[in-house]
Amino acid sequence: MSAARNRAEIRGMVIAVLGATVVVALLLLALGANPWEAFKLLVEGSLGSKAKLSSTLLVWVPLVIASASLVITYSAGLWNIGVEGQIVMGAIFATWAARTIPGPGWVVIIAGIVAGVVGGIIWGLLVGVLKTHGGVNEIFGGLGLFFVSLGLTTYLVIGPWSREGVASTSGTDLFARDVWFPKIGSLEISWLSLLLAAASIIGVYILMRGTIYGLRLKAIGHNMQSSARLGIPSNRYMLSAFAAAGGLAGLAGTTQAMAFHHKLVPSISGGFGFLGILVVLLAGFRAGPVAPLAFFFAALSVGSSQLELRLDLDSSVGGVIQGVLVLFVLLAAGWQRRRAELRAVAAEAEGGT
Amino acid sequence: MLVVLLVSSPLVFALAIAGDLDVTTGTVVAGAAPLVYATLGETITEKAGVVNLSLDGSLLLSAMAGFGAAYTSGNVIVGFLAAAAASALVALIIAYAGIELRLNQIAVGFVLFLLTTKLSALLGEPFVRQPGPAVPKLEIPLLADIPFLGRALFQHNLSVYGSIVLIAVTYWFFYRTRPGLEMQAVGERPETAFARGISVRWSRYFYTGLGGALVGIGGAAFSLDQKFGWSEGHVRNFGWIALAIVIFGGWHPIRVALGCYLFGALQVVALKLQPVFPGLSQVLPILPFPTMILTLVVINRPGFRALGDRFASLRNFLASEPPAALGTNFEQQ
Repeated sequence: MSAARNRAEIRGMVIAVLGATVVVALLLLALGANPWEAFKLLVEGSLGSKAKLSSTLLVWVPLVIASASLVITYSAGLWNIGVEGQIVMGAIFATWAARTIPGPGWVVIIAGIVAGVVGGIIWGLLVGVLKTHGGVNEIFGGLGLFFVSLGLTTYLVIGPWSREGVASTSGTDLFARDVWFPKIGSLEISWLSLLLAAASIIGVYILMRGTIYGLRLKAIGHNMQSSARLGIPSNRYMLSAFAAAGGLAGLAGTTQAMAFHHKLVPSISGGFGFLGILVVLLAGFRAGPVAPLAFFFAALSVGSSQLELRLDLDSSVGGVIQGVLVLFVLLAAGWQRRRAELRAVAAEAEGGT
Repeated sequence: MLVVLLVSSPLVFALAIAGDLDVTTGTVVAGAAPLVYATLGETITEKAGVVNLSLDGSLLLSAMAGFGAAYTSGNVIVGFLAAAAASALVALIIAYAGIELRLNQIAVGFVLFLLTTKLSALLGEPFVRQPGPAVPKLEIPLLADIPFLGRALFQHNLSVYGSIVLIAVTYWFFYRTRPGLEMQAVGERPETAFARGISVRWSRYFYTGLGGALVGIGGAAFSLDQKFGWSEGHVRNFGWIALAIVIFGGWHPIRVALGCYLFGALQVVALKLQPVFPGLSQVLPILPFPTMILTLVVINRPGFRALGDRFASLRNFLASEPPAALGTNFEQQ
């Protein structure tokens, strides 16, 4: 029975991916581009050389950390759309550390990581407290705080942290060279970023699979009332989930500030929080498939800048492919499940008569 | 309401010293028109129990489609129709996923938000920063000459008048007609509505589609009237603001519309104060969000709820509960 169901699930996935591919190919044809060439360029543009692979990993790092963060909140049944704001807050705190903490580079880097995580925790907890104590739904509390963090970034960039003599939205001064995350050879990617990303996703995987805490979190996500009856303090667990998720999101923001931009810019989050929501939806809220799926999404995002250069297509192609793919997978999964349910109901009715 | 008063009194003062009050009011009414369409559209959808979280992307897509269609055809009406159709289609995907497939409306809505945002950038490329048609001005004879009200309300165009009419029509429909009450029943107690012989399924399709179409008209009202033309991310974040205003307005059409005008007034004030406080215009667009959070916290206090009980005639206006079945899927037996 379960093998048959698994097979049906896989069949649904395959149908969804094929359907998404056909839709995207038709869209590209309508825009006057050769779909085959576009797909080839997407692969070449993201994996074709060492430098391109390094650019893809540069996107993968914040995306996989943000996705790991989202797995925690989704497990508890929480829609942490505010993840984007927690990333921004992490970047702001990390920037503060990078600008003000004195000492040798590695001290500042560690301080930046700690500060970024703390910033994310504060912003995540705020969403949680608004939910548990203020009755504000986490979707809207989170979105509201995201926009507040955006306003704060803009204020800092054109105000107190503006570049000497110029108040422009292009960002703060670059950080001192020795507080940048250490890079691998001449490549843009830092080994420290990769290490943090790997630790984040493995940590969340173990947390959700191998600990009582993760189990209880999932129990709350599954049915809050019966978990409360079992004596799990759901408010405290929800707050801790927001704190943990916020901390990870803050870490993602730290890598954006200290390993990618090397300064604070108004669009510091890069949209990786929102994109992470798609990754986690595609992964079915499990930590296991997050790393490869995030890599695939990162490759799409990086590869589509090639389409802009070579085929004169807008670089939003990558985002369109990601969106169509996730939409089709969701719809196909829903369709499969619905069909199985209806079949079960029909079988029962037949057995009854 | 308390919050509305608290926020609005210094605002009115600021508007008064900013210059001619009638001209300023006119600017606010016109500037808020697209938001009025979008927020009332979303209010209708949510009243029927469906949440359309794609709003920010839907607005972008319909602003692009509306401008693109009007640019290509040379006809503004074609633009509005195309925008309404594009946004209604997105809304209907959410309705289908929720009603037929029992999928989470938030999940599907969010995916569609990102997808339509990117689609608007991809498909809108040919129209970026092109000059195009706009809604022509249409003064209403006689009424336009009334002192104060004339300049404030009757020297606009059809897009703006439509938004004002929509507020009244939505209010009348919600609280004074049978289908309106049935629609609310579908959003509050779908089982009861179903037992009464109302088709929960079809009314949810209908009102989600209708709400989506209104959001689309709001998008076109941006690109063909208030923020002429198209460029990538043209009306970004207005969809989130609209969703916030629906909550701020407690799903009540008049209060929702007031929220739109309050936001419009904030923007005008920011513009006028820009020479005095540079940087304010950068930070002001975020103000609706802390205001929304504050409102939500206040209206969830027991004291505020008691207020609705004390003044029965104001109960509808003060109530801030979301429709009870919002975002849930109904299993028809």
